[in-house]
Amino acid sequence: MSSLLSQLRLATLPAHAQALRAEVKAFLAEALEPAPPHVRARSWMGFDAAFSRKLAARGWVGVTLPKPYGGADLDAFSRYVLVEELLAVGAPVSAHWIADRQSGPLIVKFGSDVQKAFFLPRICRGEIFFCIGMSEPNAGSDLASVATRARPNDAGWLLNGQKIWTTNAHHCQYMIALVRSSGDKEDRQRGLSQFIIDLSLPGVTVRPIRDLSGDAHFSEVFFDNVQLGPDALVGTEGSGWQQVNAELAFERSGPERIYSSIVLLESWIALLRDSPDGDLHAGDIGRLACHLATLRNMSITVTARLAAGESPVVEAALIKDLGTSFEQEIAQVIESTMGIGNDNPREAELLRTLAYVSQLAPSYSLRGGTREILRGMIARGLGLR
Amino acid sequence: MFLEALQKVLADHVDSAAIRAIEGGDSGAAIWQPIEEAGFLALMQPESFGGAALALPELFPILECLGRHVLPLPVAQTIVARALVGPQAELPGGMVTLATHWQSLADGGGVAVHVPAGHLAVHVLVADGERLLLLAATHARREPVGDPRSQVVHLRWANPDPVLELPTGGRQLPAFAAAMTAAQLSGGLQRCFDMALEHCNTRVQFGKSIGKFQALQQQLSTMAEHVLAASIAAEAAFRCEAAAPDWLAAAVAKSRASEAVGLVAATAHAVHGAIGMTDEFDLALVTRRLHAWRMQHGAEGYWNREIGRAVLASGKTVFECMRAI
Repeated sequence: MSSLLSQLRLATLPAHAQALRAEVKAFLAEALEPAPPHVRARSWMGFDAAFSRKLAARGWVGVTLPKPYGGADLDAFSRYVLVEELLAVGAPVSAHWIADRQSGPLIVKFGSDVQKAFFLPRICRGEIFFCIGMSEPNAGSDLASVATRARPNDAGWLLNGQKIWTTNAHHCQYMIALVRSSGDKEDRQRGLSQFIIDLSLPGVTVRPIRDLSGDAHFSEVFFDNVQLGPDALVGTEGSGWQQVNAELAFERSGPERIYSSIVLLESWIALLRDSPDGDLHAGDIGRLACHLATLRNMSITVTARLAAGESPVVEAALIKDLGTSFEQEIAQVIESTMGIGNDNPREAELLRTLAYVSQLAPSYSLRGGTREILRGMIARGLGLR
Repeated sequence: MFLEALQKVLADHVDSAAIRAIEGGDSGAAIWQPIEEAGFLALMQPESFGGAALALPELFPILECLGRHVLPLPVAQTIVARALVGPQAELPGGMVTLATHWQSLADGGGVAVHVPAGHLAVHVLVADGERLLLLAATHARREPVGDPRSQVVHLRWANPDPVLELPTGGRQLPAFAAAMTAAQLSGGLQRCFDMALEHCNTRVQFGKSIGKFQALQQQLSTMAEHVLAASIAAEAAFRCEAAAPDWLAAAVAKSRASEAVGLVAATAHAVHGAIGMTDEFDLALVTRRLHAWRMQHGAEGYWNREIGRAVLASGKTVFECMRAI
């Protein structure tokens, strides 16, 4: 058996994490404003700063960050439960999402004491939101060819270049960007660094890009002689690639790679439950339910490895590919049953939700690493490359 | 401890020639005897009957190991049959298999359909509502169904005369049989994947091993994903303190593992090319078994419908239903 597969044995959520579930449900019952399914379907694309602040006030933003900085110091399992309960009801978590999942933990791991003292408490209070600057017009899947450049000068670093497809850049105060700080294009992964960029600085221009559903969830960001201080660098100069890779397992194996279409699925099942046609679709419902249960167990299994301090990047890639396929399939399956219906207003709402999910679904296997790139990583993990 | 011992016995006695011989009509006694003598059949039996009283989570790797060896003898079934009967009774020695559906006929006869290893088994444990019946397969007419090498038969009795009748355990049998098969599939799918990976690393075309081509790398990656999903789903059915697997977890396990067979077996054959289509090459021993196990005790189509009905009837969200597994 390939060691990649044999190492991943089933893990279980520990009792302390399970115990958090009831608290989260109680909080959501109170704090979450009622919203129709087509709105809730946006979930981790749904931006609602007020909701994020309510969650922060409850102590659940920056949940894995240390207590001295205002974090909840919860482990990966507890975060798993919190996040899956939020996603299962389609809570609008987008505002604080990146800071909670990636930027906060990155600053804890690689940031200076000054950076920690400044950013972490503000993240935990829901005062500042982060975006991640990775892609550029000529650096998509080939991320190592980023051309945005930070040149050292007397005041710190002078930043020039452009990022694109940056989720929520137009709503966020800060970006953590991967840029070239030394060497040349030919140096590829070497010479890249991560910087925290205050998006209110002179020379920064953020332009939202309207997506195919009519929303504007991502942006292009231009840097024209943006003067960064010396403390904008996170971690070590030239180690940006390694630092980014350390985040990838967190980014790719979580519940957000399973639940992106869950509001649509729940709406469909709820409609069928009250319909005489329900049993006709029992097989489809059962298959999707079966995949959901299995992906969830796979995701918890990788979470256990993360909780143990490992970085199971290949395993996370594997789960992301399978999970996003499932999320995409939900829209496909439901769409395949539609078109001969009635004037039931609940069906009209379902169709509106379906229209959104079905249009956004292709992005599930683009964002956070394309399907083809992930499969290449898995092949490497299997020893084929 | 038990796993290592079983691995050794299987390594010593099960090879392709032995599997082909059983598929061709051999009794399998040369393999069965050392397994029985080493006590593996009693792994789940209560200690009062001289068993090892293994817990369900510990049974999973044993069944998976049997699956990996694609052994066409009812070892897994006999272990599970003894577990189902539990402290109620002691089963006679020899091969026992399982039957999920029992039909009593108006003329007093009875039928057990799609009985795996029914061609070889001495006894069959049948679910009849709440009851468990142990019947002598040797007294039944055995009608092979499908590929005769798969050992699946319909068993018909003119006068079914149970060797044992037990009041409970019947409701647990279908789920336990499904979970058992899912665990076997987990092992068999891993074996199938290993063969494909090995072939990709050794077969050379255009001057390099075919695994260096992106097209094949993408296929192998996808295959690995489905093998892992099947294994995790199967193992989840054994994560249980009860004596038998939970119905929903078993249903998910069987459905997910069965669904993986389609893609995994097809990809393994695609990767192997013509050599995989020969009777002589071992791949067919694995893929034939995988297809039989996909159907054994219900393929994914059956279980998906049952899961879907359970979700609809629960009145709960699918998330609430499925996070219980």
